[in-house]
Amino acid sequence: MCETCGCEGDGAVVHHPGGEHTHVLPDGRVVRHSHAHEGHSHDHAHPHPHAHAEPDRHRFVRVEPLGVRVLARNDAAAARNRRELASRGVFALNLMSSPGAGKTTLLTKTLPPLLARGPVAVVEGDQATSIDGDRIAATGAPVVQINTGKGCHLEADMLHTGLEQLAPGPGTLLVVENVGNLVCPALFDLGEGARVVLLSVTEGDDKPAKYPHMFSVADLVVFTKIDLLPHVDFDVARARDAVTTLNPRTTFLEVSARTGAGMDAWIDWLDARRPTATEPDTTEGDTMESA
Amino acid sequence: MHELSITRNIVAIVSEHARGRRVRALQLRIGALSGIDVPAVRACYALCVEGTPLDGSRLDVEEVPGAARCRGCAAEIPLSAPLGVCPCERRALLDRTSGDELLIASMEVEDV
Repeated sequence: MCETCGCEGDGAVVHHPGGEHTHVLPDGRVVRHSHAHEGHSHDHAHPHPHAHAEPDRHRFVRVEPLGVRVLARNDAAAARNRRELASRGVFALNLMSSPGAGKTTLLTKTLPPLLARGPVAVVEGDQATSIDGDRIAATGAPVVQINTGKGCHLEADMLHTGLEQLAPGPGTLLVVENVGNLVCPALFDLGEGARVVLLSVTEGDDKPAKYPHMFSVADLVVFTKIDLLPHVDFDVARARDAVTTLNPRTTFLEVSARTGAGMDAWIDWLDARRPTATEPDTTEGDTMESA
Repeated sequence: MHELSITRNIVAIVSEHARGRRVRALQLRIGALSGIDVPAVRACYALCVEGTPLDGSRLDVEEVPGAARCRGCAAEIPLSAPLGVCPCERRALLDRTSGDELLIASMEVEDV
């Protein structure tokens, strides 16, 4: 019996501020309630004069276990993107870095030679303006700009919108330029086939240790602006070690979009990800949901 | 500030599960290594619940400490940052065993 209100039941009773208390009923249900005391008042040091089975005097609160992962919705949308990309025969890569690491500059130098080898499309994420989208469009690559407004990252449903607008054909490399940010984009799976993180040598080789989430999800880390290495204290080996400690399966490239150093290896890496245009994976096409 | 969109997600998921009932309290489990700042979630929560079935509800957060198992000595060690070194000094890889949680554990809804 509940020592506070006289409720029947041998289960545990937990008291909460404001006179609320939780009971575990014999059938295992957990209820949380308080007693309204219309017409009389008394403190809880003595038993209640009213019987407990008066539902109109009680506001029951039920504790419902949920066990839902917060990112389950985004992950479901990402899984849908992954199926749709596979059925279209498109490979998507999620390009991430801090602001100013050189994502857009690298892309403007990458796209012309990459377009010469096969179809490429770009989803450009930015908080505001179409400046970056315009720079990409000037290369001749199909591009959609997604402004996230106050959002600091792209989410899977945003990529789906971009995918519908671009409607990339088989064999397309879809480059998703995420919002410049080393924190938030790491948490949101877009359904991409590979995650590429850029780290410019002007940022410092301690970035992987400071932003471990981002570097621990990277399939490829590209050191950018390596033409500036003689002028900065960036230690490439130390940065690689830090990333490898977090994520032993990461691979590395070093590029300078300005001088062209390392660009061939980068373009080869991208081109090797391109699905064979004649054989889009249609095995899961019939499980695709409509938008 | 991914906490804002995380919190929006939480409120949307819980509103759906509440099916029109009023939510009085919500229990979250957030790992120390999940990349989520709990005070920021609390600040966002107050804004995100406005006009939803969660309006006025209490937010309980259980913070789960980080831990990992050392592949060198098989000991489980506490981990306060995603990068860590086991005291056994074998410099072996660590496999995360807890701290990544970002879970809506339960909710308290008014029983009608």
